[in-house]
Amino acid sequence: MQARRDFAPGLVLDARKRSTMRERIVAAPEPAQVFVLLDQGDGRRGTPCVREGERVRQGAAIARADDGPGADLHAPVAGRIRSIGPHENLREAGPGIVIDNDGSDERDSRWEPCPDADSLDPDDLIERIRGGGIVGLGGALYPTAAKLAQGRDRSVTHLVLNGAECEPWICCDDALMRETPGEVVRGAQLMLRACGAAKCTIAIEDDKAEAGAALEAALAAAGDARLSLAVLPAVYPAGAERQLLTAVTGLEVPQHAWPPAIGLLCQNVGTAVAIARLMRTGEPLIRRIVTVTGSGVAHPGNLDARIGTPIAELIAAAGGYAGAPRRLWFGGSMTGRALPDDAWPLTSAMNCIVAATAADLRAPAQAEQACIRCGDCARVCPAGLLPQELHRAVRSRDEMLLERFGLADCIECGCCDYVCPSAIPLVERFRQERVAMRERAAEAARAKAARLHFEHRERRLAELEADRRREFEDARRRARDSSRDGG
Amino acid sequence: MRFETAPAPHVVAGFTVPRVMFLVLLALAPAAVAHVVVFGPGLLLQFAVAAPVALGCEAAALALRRRPALPALRDGSVLVTAALLAICLPPLLPWWLTALGTAVAVLLGKHVYGGLGYNPFNPAMVGYAVLLISFPVAMTRWPLTGAELDWPTLARLTIHSFYSGVPPPDLSWDAWTGATALDALRTGLRQRLTLQEIRAGAPFGVLGAAGFVWVNLAALAGGLFLLRRGIVRWQIPAALLAGLALPAALAQALDPGGHPGALFHLFSGATMLGAFFIATDPVSAATSDRGRLIYGAGIGFLTWIIRRWGSYPDGVAFAVLLMNLAAPLIDRLTIPRIYGQTRD
Repeated sequence: MQARRDFAPGLVLDARKRSTMRERIVAAPEPAQVFVLLDQGDGRRGTPCVREGERVRQGAAIARADDGPGADLHAPVAGRIRSIGPHENLREAGPGIVIDNDGSDERDSRWEPCPDADSLDPDDLIERIRGGGIVGLGGALYPTAAKLAQGRDRSVTHLVLNGAECEPWICCDDALMRETPGEVVRGAQLMLRACGAAKCTIAIEDDKAEAGAALEAALAAAGDARLSLAVLPAVYPAGAERQLLTAVTGLEVPQHAWPPAIGLLCQNVGTAVAIARLMRTGEPLIRRIVTVTGSGVAHPGNLDARIGTPIAELIAAAGGYAGAPRRLWFGGSMTGRALPDDAWPLTSAMNCIVAATAADLRAPAQAEQACIRCGDCARVCPAGLLPQELHRAVRSRDEMLLERFGLADCIECGCCDYVCPSAIPLVERFRQERVAMRERAAEAARAKAARLHFEHRERRLAELEADRRREFEDARRRARDSSRDGG
Repeated sequence: MRFETAPAPHVVAGFTVPRVMFLVLLALAPAAVAHVVVFGPGLLLQFAVAAPVALGCEAAALALRRRPALPALRDGSVLVTAALLAICLPPLLPWWLTALGTAVAVLLGKHVYGGLGYNPFNPAMVGYAVLLISFPVAMTRWPLTGAELDWPTLARLTIHSFYSGVPPPDLSWDAWTGATALDALRTGLRQRLTLQEIRAGAPFGVLGAAGFVWVNLAALAGGLFLLRRGIVRWQIPAALLAGLALPAALAQALDPGGHPGALFHLFSGATMLGAFFIATDPVSAATSDRGRLIYGAGIGFLTWIIRRWGSYPDGVAFAVLLMNLAAPLIDRLTIPRIYGQTRD
């Protein structure tokens, strides 16, 4: 194992959370209709297990994970399935399931508390978490059951709960830790049981004093010696998984490996709360806390909203638009994905929705220029890369250089873009190159398969031809011999 | 409601290349003032020729390459090239040589390689080196400084020489110009004179070469400003100064009669300009922190070698060009460890 090395420190950013960090969580109005996307944002797509016109109860499974470590989707409201497939007014969002809310909130039969969670066999506990469709609520959406099971297989020793929330604007986890610290602690205990780790550290940034105090109190009340709190400096991206684990444990996750390889497991605090709630009440993952903010929103705050609620309704619940919002994105300002339309539904990946006015945006002051190799990007890169050299490797499409300069190690945090004086969209280039590289690899695999197929066929035909010729020669020889014998 | 879309990040710091270049020019101002006070108005004349020629060449090259000229002209990089070349040139240099050197710097030093960001060599040093090799006499003719020559006479000499290439009728080259301290030192040592003898007959000051001391001190002040503003990182200047001072100090300790000490080298010629303004050009330098240490130390050491045993008055330009050549190799050998990477 390696000693910790202080990688470039990232960035101290304007957090833009002061107003929302004081707001209590408010339940969003129940939507009349929800649109649950089959791909919640992680690229995996479930298969619907309901039919159009069918009536579903709240919490019933409506789509099953296809293969691998997927998570089921559950009905956020009770009602009738209106349609399955792309939304008539929102084709760009991809296929999903539209449910008309009948307002009954009639619950699925499987919505039952699990009072004996603490005595459950870890495998059964993981199975229950899988049944609840719990995914990583930090934004990556990795199915929690699969992650816990992997941790268990690798005998992880240390669970780290990520409450850093380092990106500007987002403060849903902060709200959760302030208001339900007990649930965070409870979730941590359940996760420890599921993955078999001996201890758990809840990590937050030092700008969350109130959440820190609430957690301290909850930890004292729980009196569980396995749990502790770590307060980290608020430097972006402290909450990136690998960077957080290094800051908390001093260990580095090896290249091309996952944290369980060194005995560590990282989960989001929101995920812990979701698990605690699943065990306490039986509620599967059908809602999440989302920060609705930005200068383009009248009353920024934290909403408890059903998955599938149109974003426009969430904005309305936050007092509607204010000023002239220009860009709408989910996530923080460094990695957030822009949405073309506020008719998009809430997904479990959306920790924050920002309606940004011109004042919230700062585009580069100039068009993209050639890289002058100033190296500012390398100084802030938390992965220890040389983005200026990686950029050159991308331009030359040199696979060896791309590997050497660590294209696969980029965590897409955006720090390099933030400081680049030449306004080069570095992260976007790296992201595109990763896609292109995967495509090239797939293309190469296809070409190789086709070549092998062709060569095989050629060989087979050649053998057939040789056989035929041999038979022909044999027949001729036999004919010659017989005619000589006869003569 | 529809919205515009754009890839993240949605905010940037707003640093720009023009801002960087503007701060470099600003930091160069103290050295320029010192230069004018000590060596007369030559620098202003040189810059007055170099700047428009540089902008013109940049525009012409971009037009030939069918690229938009305006962003490049605005980014200020070509003005920095012109300013650095001008401050390195002898103030008496006739204008056509300045123009030639500037054109070489911008066209052969920068645009044949693809313009800003792609030049393997420091453009200003390419221009300087071509002039030095082609016109060694004009390029080593510096006015005497100090009490021998008052500023008005110096100005008259400079202006006449600048536009005609010869001194005014009442002033002669021999009487009013001379070799620089570095030049005198090199030729003196070659003639087996001792340091004391050389010092007696050449423009030596307290710390280094008389006159150049002030330019160096002013450049140091400007350089510290750039360091503070984060435009320049400490690695290249520190390594360069150490790479020059350590061998100089060691050589002097071993052979006090044959080598001037570290202080002389640090405050003579273009040392400070080289350390903070020339070697720090990021495009042609090594790029990683460790690489920059090696790169800077190499320039310092080569400068010392060339000053002592070479046949040119100052070694900074050639040292920079040589290390420019080495930068790609240094970059290959100094790739920093990536997060999670293990090295055997």
